[in-house]
Amino acid sequence: MKPLLEISLSGFASQIDAWLNAALGGGTLVVATEMVVTGVVLLGFLVVLCFFLGYMERKVAGFIEIRLGPNRVGPKGSLQIVADTVKLLMKEGITPASSDKFLFHLAPVIVVTAALLAVAPIAFAKNLQIWDLNIGLLYVSAVSSLAVIGILMAGWSSYNKYSLLGAMRSGAQIVSYELSVGLSLISIVALTGSLKISDIVMAQQDGWWIFKGHIPVLISFVIFLIASTAEINRAPFDLTEAEQELTGGYHTEYSGMKFAMFLLAEYINLFVVSAIAATIFLGGWMPFHLGHWQAFNGIMDWIPSSMWFMGKTLFVVFIIMQFRWTFPRLRIDQLLNLEWKYLLPISMVNTILVALITIMGWHF
Amino acid sequence: MNAPTVIFYILAACILAFGLLAVTVRKIFRAAVFLLFSLIGVAGLYFLLDYEFIGAVQIIVYVGGIVVLLIFSIFLTHGSGGQMKKPRPRRVVFGALAGTLGASLTMSFINNQQFSANDKPAVAATAGEIGGQMLSVTEHGYILPFEVVSFLLLASMIGCIVIAVKIKLPAQQMLTADTDDVPTR
Repeated sequence: MKPLLEISLSGFASQIDAWLNAALGGGTLVVATEMVVTGVVLLGFLVVLCFFLGYMERKVAGFIEIRLGPNRVGPKGSLQIVADTVKLLMKEGITPASSDKFLFHLAPVIVVTAALLAVAPIAFAKNLQIWDLNIGLLYVSAVSSLAVIGILMAGWSSYNKYSLLGAMRSGAQIVSYELSVGLSLISIVALTGSLKISDIVMAQQDGWWIFKGHIPVLISFVIFLIASTAEINRAPFDLTEAEQELTGGYHTEYSGMKFAMFLLAEYINLFVVSAIAATIFLGGWMPFHLGHWQAFNGIMDWIPSSMWFMGKTLFVVFIIMQFRWTFPRLRIDQLLNLEWKYLLPISMVNTILVALITIMGWHF
Repeated sequence: MNAPTVIFYILAACILAFGLLAVTVRKIFRAAVFLLFSLIGVAGLYFLLDYEFIGAVQIIVYVGGIVVLLIFSIFLTHGSGGQMKKPRPRRVVFGALAGTLGASLTMSFINNQQFSANDKPAVAATAGEIGGQMLSVTEHGYILPFEVVSFLLLASMIGCIVIAVKIKLPAQQMLTADTDDVPTR
């Protein structure tokens, strides 16, 4: 059965490519134009997505705390985030007098750049990927380690005790949880035999890794969710910006649009983490298939691949949001204990198990 | 001039400019940040060469590891926020001399080296290929250096633990140890 959307997103993209080639006569100019167009489209998409995620976060919070959430601006409160953005745009951007001005202005830019770089290799739909490089997963974990520099820079340049404390905590947290994220990614890399995102998605044609890889993959999925929640500084691991003790942590001194950039980066990171989890464990844009049930598989194929991808990503986003409103915040010693005494040993043993499964060919 | 050449010159200019700033700027934290940009520029060169694996490893090792450690040690150093003293002119002269000498030595080696084009087919630098080469025991395998380096790392990690470990003294010893340091009132 053919997908619902006859004009798929990838078809649309190749059509634009053909038009541009016809109009500009090929060569570097076309590549440059396409880069600009892709960048603008991606930025637009991400900003709209962040609006949606912000709205979703408030509604999920309301749902968990048995209240309504935003409900005044727009239908069902859906324009609340737009109102908030306008408010942030109109606010004065204050720079503390004794801050290191250059670094103070640079820090939000670095945080947002690191978040945007990590979006490049994500496969949004069938044949729709900005940059399918052969080390996709390694690239994502590499550029996401850039964000910690921006956070440390923000904390240092603010010339504020709370900011510096928040930045130090975040540095310790991100550097240690990176290990568990890496090891849980390695389990899927070992099963697939490739770091390329498209290869990983194609390997899940006959079933998603979370079903094919037995319990070890399930364990690494859970570890990935925990460790990546810590890596993007979200509650219950948000002690870098713990409001009650640090009045906002590394972004205490930021206001207006610079603060909004940190917020934007946080939501983009949330999206990237969920998209990676959806891609490597839940099959990316691959529809859900069950063995040889032709009719069922046909109906699943009917749903367009971009819907599958966004559905799975938003499912993971929902799980991570539930963490935030369910668990109390950890102390710094509990946080480091959790990583070094529990998650890291478990994921090391798990990696050996996955290697065994891969070598013996026990997965489906 | 085609696009890769233009990008190469832009990247090279960035690497050199930030490298120069890293050694001349008088605020230590800014120096670390400029060093970071210079290292990212080198990673950009690897990406330009289509050697993405080394580019990503450059970012992970230098940005995620070394520069973060540098910044941490700056944070923990007392009074690292202020401007450093201006270096004495003699040091500037000798520093510049040493830099120029090193650069000219490297340049002369590169200019005298006859780079011959390899007629063998290009190998795709995938992670699998690199891993296989790394663990191979055949003629061009890297298993020995790989094992030696991992042994060195293991030894240094054990050394770190030995230095950092807290030895709990029994209560009696601690009492005597304390009274040695504290002057009697």
